[in-house]
Amino acid sequence: MSSIITYREAVRQALREAMEHDERVFLMGEDVGHYGGSYAVSMGLLEHFGPQRIIDTPLSESAFTGAGIGAALGGMRPIVEIMTVNFSLLALDQIMNNAATLLHMSGGQFNVPLVIRMATGGGKQLAAQHSHSLEGWYAHIPGLKVLTPATIQDAHNMIGLALADPDPVLIFESAMIYNSKGALDTQALPLPIGKARIQRAGKDLTILTYGSSLFKVLLAAKTLIAEGIDAEVIDLRSLRPLDNESIMKSVSKTHRVMIVDEGWKSGSISAEIMARINEQAFFELDAPMARLCTTEIPLPYPKHLEDAALPQPDKIVAMAKKLMEKS
Amino acid sequence: MDLALANKFYRKMLLIRRFEERCVELYSKEKIRGFLHLYIGEEAIAVGLMDSFSPEDTVFATYREHGQALARGIDPKKIMAEMYGKVEGCSRGRGGSMHLFDAATRFYGGSAIVAGGLPLAVGMALSDKMMKRNRVTVCIFGDGAVAEGEFHESLNLAALWHLPVLFVCENNLYAMGTALEFTQSETNLAKKAASYRISSRQVDGMDVTEVAKSAQQAVAEIRLGNGPIFIEYLTYRFRAHSMFDAELYRNKAEVEEWKKKDPLILLHQEWQDIDINKYESEISNIIDEAVNFAENGTLEPIEDLEKFIYSLEVAQ
Repeated sequence: MSSIITYREAVRQALREAMEHDERVFLMGEDVGHYGGSYAVSMGLLEHFGPQRIIDTPLSESAFTGAGIGAALGGMRPIVEIMTVNFSLLALDQIMNNAATLLHMSGGQFNVPLVIRMATGGGKQLAAQHSHSLEGWYAHIPGLKVLTPATIQDAHNMIGLALADPDPVLIFESAMIYNSKGALDTQALPLPIGKARIQRAGKDLTILTYGSSLFKVLLAAKTLIAEGIDAEVIDLRSLRPLDNESIMKSVSKTHRVMIVDEGWKSGSISAEIMARINEQAFFELDAPMARLCTTEIPLPYPKHLEDAALPQPDKIVAMAKKLMEKS
Repeated sequence: MDLALANKFYRKMLLIRRFEERCVELYSKEKIRGFLHLYIGEEAIAVGLMDSFSPEDTVFATYREHGQALARGIDPKKIMAEMYGKVEGCSRGRGGSMHLFDAATRFYGGSAIVAGGLPLAVGMALSDKMMKRNRVTVCIFGDGAVAEGEFHESLNLAALWHLPVLFVCENNLYAMGTALEFTQSETNLAKKAASYRISSRQVDGMDVTEVAKSAQQAVAEIRLGNGPIFIEYLTYRFRAHSMFDAELYRNKAEVEEWKKKDPLILLHQEWQDIDINKYESEISNIIDEAVNFAENGTLEPIEDLEKFIYSLEVAQ
């Protein structure tokens, strides 16, 4: 069954389904209950499931994230909502030193089936401390899985996929697209974690991206096709694990690669992808790879400066055209 | 308290003491490497504490946890094999001295980030409450942890949600090499905990009888469902913080003064019928066996290096 709903509603629906399906699932985080979620994702869930399962926490990111880990160890299936990626830094110790390491440190005895959701990304003029895109940074950590739903289908399906996973999964929801609308097919079989999806097939160049940048890339692809450039757009969906196979397959098809990544360029996921293509498909390339990332500055408040710092469709078009000229 | 219990406590404390002393020897022989934090001087806490819990209760400990692991009942052979980094170790050798884990005794580490275990204990207790299990989670940490934000966040949550946690602070007066009075505005740590509306006590941590009594009482209260309890045990470590510590921050007279309160000596003074020689010889054998077991253990093949990162194999 297919319906048109928003990204926010898709996540909410998935949360509701998960909690109805499995009584071990509960949601915990700042303002998830009475406020309805900072981005209104959990609106109405408190009334439906009660305060035992929709738990408002104090502003104690480290403790409630760690408590999520502890509850997961105790047999529950917690979903921890950290309001935004910016605040997740206050829980980084728990995420990195406990969630990601316990299985290994215990020699395989204690896995952590924890789901952590958070909003990510800039573009709302929220300035330097509320606009980070650190999902690529989290993808550095062995033991974690890092998901970046862009489509309505994934916003919904990734909750279930993450809950079914025996290990910690981080879901980065793009703050800019909570209001975006699209089709949700609840009967469709979910594409597993670790699989990328070709969002637009093309033959001239591959554009790899994830999260809200996907829609900027798709817009750019429309402009490009009008100018005779047929771009293949791939939604990575998962930054850890990365779908090497799909990436290399597309590179072998188009022989030109561009990456659009809202993270900063230095040490970014785009750098990692370029390195892997270099290692695994170098001789397939007809031109040096290109990438568009966020300018390496803390994001500024004024709209024109923020827009200039973030990847935008016109910049994607310009970079793609330049890439096509090279051989 | 009767002679049988005194015997039991003495034997366990002696096991920890001799185990730790053997670890020092093995460290000098380079059989054990990395960090090694000894529990010598603090044995009464682990022994008195662990006697108060049932097998379904849960333990979260720190990087100075050999004593707690032994007192909880993890096989000394498996602990020593862990020190050796062998597959037969309680964490398959992956953890080492600071990361002892054991599912069978519900021993959840072995955490080497100060205060990092407190939120986990809160979460475990939350799961017990949600699943209506009448378990207690004991969370052990040192005085250094009290300065961490996670201490305050976790105590607040546990009190707010009335969770069945026993917070145990082993106050040995030094956070590594910095004395409590240089780091805490209020050095009575039980007072800090009480400010979260947690029933809090200060207890002599050198007296195993007092430790056991206070722990049993606390566990009984927690099982009634009244929320967490905090106990600050006043104790002292007789040895350096770790094998790398030159102990420049405290004087020998202070150490000697505390050694007069050696928990083994104190217990023996009270119960002079304890057959020390019998236990010395029994424990010496147990430790020999443990060392032998570790020596003959298996080194994990390098082909297995990437195991235990994910539960199921993941193509990265």
